Amino acid sequence: MTRTRTPGISRRSTLALMGAGAMSVAAPWVARAQAKTIKIGMPTILSGRVAQLGTSSRNAVLLEVEKVNAAGGLAGRQIEMVIRDSKGQPQEAARVARELVNTDGCEWLIDGEASSGSFAVHEVARDLGVLCVHTCSEASSLTADPKQHIPNAFRCVRQGIHDSIVGGSYAAAISKAKGLKKWATCSPDYAYGRDTTGEFTLYLKRFAPDVEVISDSWPKLFQPDYTEVVTKILQAKPQALYSCLWGGDLTSWIDQANIYAMFGQMEVFAVNMADYTALTVVKNLPKGIHSGNRYIKTFPATPENAAWGDAYKAKYNEYPTNWSWQNATAVMFLAEAAKKVNSTDGKKIAEVLKGLTIKCPFGADGTVTMRGDDHTLVGYAIGWGTTIPQEPYVPEVKAGDWKTIFELEAEWKKSKGYT
Amino acid sequence: MDLDALAGCLSSSACLVTQTTSGLIIGMLLFLVAVGLTLIFGVLKIVNFSHGAFYMFGAYFAMTAYQLTGSFALAMLAGAAGTAILGLIFERVFMSRVYGADVLMQLLVCYAFVLIFDDVVRLIWGPEFRSMGMPAAFQVMPLFIAGGVVPPYYLLLIGVALVAAIVLGIGLSRSRIGKVIRAAAHNPGMVSALGINTGLIYGGVFALGGMLAGLAGALAAPVRSLTPGMGFSVLIESFIVTVIGGMGSILGALIGALLLGLIRSYGSVGFPLFTEGLMYLFMVIVLVSKPTGLFGKEAA
Repeated sequence: MTRTRTPGISRRSTLALMGAGAMSVAAPWVARAQAKTIKIGMPTILSGRVAQLGTSSRNAVLLEVEKVNAAGGLAGRQIEMVIRDSKGQPQEAARVARELVNTDGCEWLIDGEASSGSFAVHEVARDLGVLCVHTCSEASSLTADPKQHIPNAFRCVRQGIHDSIVGGSYAAAISKAKGLKKWATCSPDYAYGRDTTGEFTLYLKRFAPDVEVISDSWPKLFQPDYTEVVTKILQAKPQALYSCLWGGDLTSWIDQANIYAMFGQMEVFAVNMADYTALTVVKNLPKGIHSGNRYIKTFPATPENAAWGDAYKAKYNEYPTNWSWQNATAVMFLAEAAKKVNSTDGKKIAEVLKGLTIKCPFGADGTVTMRGDDHTLVGYAIGWGTTIPQEPYVPEVKAGDWKTIFELEAEWKKSKGYT
Repeated sequence: MDLDALAGCLSSSACLVTQTTSGLIIGMLLFLVAVGLTLIFGVLKIVNFSHGAFYMFGAYFAMTAYQLTGSFALAMLAGAAGTAILGLIFERVFMSRVYGADVLMQLLVCYAFVLIFDDVVRLIWGPEFRSMGMPAAFQVMPLFIAGGVVPPYYLLLIGVALVAAIVLGIGLSRSRIGKVIRAAAHNPGMVSALGINTGLIYGGVFALGGMLAGLAGALAAPVRSLTPGMGFSVLIESFIVTVIGGMGSILGALIGALLLGLIRSYGSVGFPLFTEGLMYLFMVIVLVSKPTGLFGKEAA
C-alpha cells in the first residue's frame, strides 16, 4: 500500500518547525549553541560619570579574549564579544542583557555593571537560565544572600565584606600603635557607602574596641562641592578619618580637603584611593593616605601581575582599574572551565566553575578560586598600604590574611541570617 | 539632627569663622552661575536650561589653558572669554530662533544642547574625570583666623565673585549700556524703534551670562573634578537660588546664593542627614510667603 502525501507542509514538519521556533524564542542560546563562534554578551557602563570604569572593563575583557582566541578559542569556538552600554541605569542594564541573549544570540553573559545594575542583570540570568558572571558588583549580598543564589550565576569580584575585614584589622593595628581613638567617617550617601562604612567600623571596633566614631558625613553621590563636609570634619577634630568615596568624588574631596591642610591634621583611610583612576588624576596627592588595594601593578608583587599591568597600558595607553582585573579574571575562569569540559555548554561550564581554582596574576598566592557554596571569588590579593605622590604610589602593601577573612566572613553571614 | 553640635558650633569662634567662610565660598560660586541665569531670564525671558554647560566649558577651557601655559590668570581668562564667545554663538545661531516660541520648545532646545554639549566635552576631553590641580601660588597653609580655618584660594574666589557682583550691579544701574539692557528687558519693541540693535543686546546678555558661569567653572576647576555633565548639579542649585532670590533679580541671586551657602554650611553640622532637604524647605517657605521670590517683582 502506498501512502499518499498531500502537498504542503506535513503535520509532523509543522510541529517540528513550531518546536524549533518556540525553542529559538524561549531559549535562543540553546538553539544557536552550535554556531561556529560563541557570542558572549556584556552590558556595562560606557557613558556617564562611571564610563571610565566600564571602558576599562571592556578593555580588559577584550585583552583576555584576544589571548583565548589566539590559543584556539573556547573548545574550538572563537569568542565574539557583544558589548553594550547600559548608561549605568539598572532598567537599561536588564533590557540590554535580555536583548543580548534573545536578539543577538549571546550564549553567556559577562555582567560589567555596578551593584544596582548587577542585581537587575542577575534577575535576567535567573529568568533565562543563561550562564552569567558578574564582574563589578562588590555588594556582598549578591552572592552571600541565599535568596539571590541561582546555579547559573557567579561573581568574579572583590567583596565589600572582605575589604572591610582587612581594612578594619589594618586600621585597628594603626589605631593601637598611634593611639587613634576618635574617628570620623565621610562616605557617599547610598547603599554602597553606608554598607561599606558600617562594615568597616564594625571590624575596626572589633579589633580596637576603644575606638569611638565622633562624626559622620554623608555627601550625596556626585556632589560637586565638599567644602561644608571638610569643614565639619575639621570642627570635629578626629584623630582619624575613614572614607569610601571613589572616582571623581574622591579626587574632588581630596583637592578640597588639601587646601584646608586636612591631611596633616589626621590619619586618613580611603579604601578606594589606590586605584590608578584616582592616583593618576589627583595633581597634589598627599603622602600617607591609607588605602585598600584596588588595582596596582605592584601588588601582588609578582612578575605576572606587573606584566599584565604593562600589557594593558601598552595596548590602551592607560593603567587598568579595579574593574579591569576582575573582568580579566572572569575570562580566565571561563576559558579554564571550557578547557576542562571541552565544551561551551553553559550548564557544564557552571558545574565545573564551582570550586574551580585557576592560576591568576591577581591571586594572593598566584591562584584564585571560585568558591563552590556561594559562587563567589576568593583568594585574590587584598591588602592595605599608604600612598606616595608618584609611582609606585603604594610602595608597601600589607596583605590581608584569608584565614581570618574566612572566619569573620562566616560569622558575618551567620549574623545576617545567610547561613 | 544634631542640635548640640550646632549650638556648640554657634558658640565657638573657630567654628563660626570656618563655617561662615565655608558658606560664603559655596554661595559666591553659586552666585556667579545663578546671576547669569537670572540675567538671561530677566532680559530674554528664557529659562536657560543649558546654563550649566557653560560652567562645565569654563572649567574645561581653564584646565586646558592652564596645562598649555601654566598660568592661572590665563586659565581664568580662557574660561571666561571662551564661554562668552560660546554664549554669543549659541544665542545668535540657535536661541534667537526660538524667542517667542512655546516655553516647551525653548526647554527642549536647551535640553538638547545639554546632551550635545556633554557629548562634545566627551569627544574632546574624554569621558573620564579630570583634575586641573591647584596652582603652586595657592599651595600654601590655610589662614587661621580666630581659630577658624580659611584657605587663601577661597579668599580669592570670594573676592572675584564680589567684584563681579559690584561691577554687574553698578554697570546695569548706572552705565548707558546697562540702562539700554534694562530698557530692552522692559520693552524691546520700543528699544528697537529707537534704532538700537536688540539682537546685539540679546547676544551680549547671553554672552555675559555664559561668561559668568564660565568664570565660576574656571574658579572651581582647581578644586573640583571635571567630568562631562558636571554642570547639571550646579544648574539645579542655581535654579533654587534664582527662585529664592526672584527670577531676574541680581541682588536676589546674591542674597539667595549666600543664604543657600550658609544653609548648607551650618546645615551639615546641625542637620547632617537633611542638608539638601533644608535648601528645598527654605525654597518652599520663600515661595509660600512670597511667590515671586525675595527680590522678585510682580508681573505688570
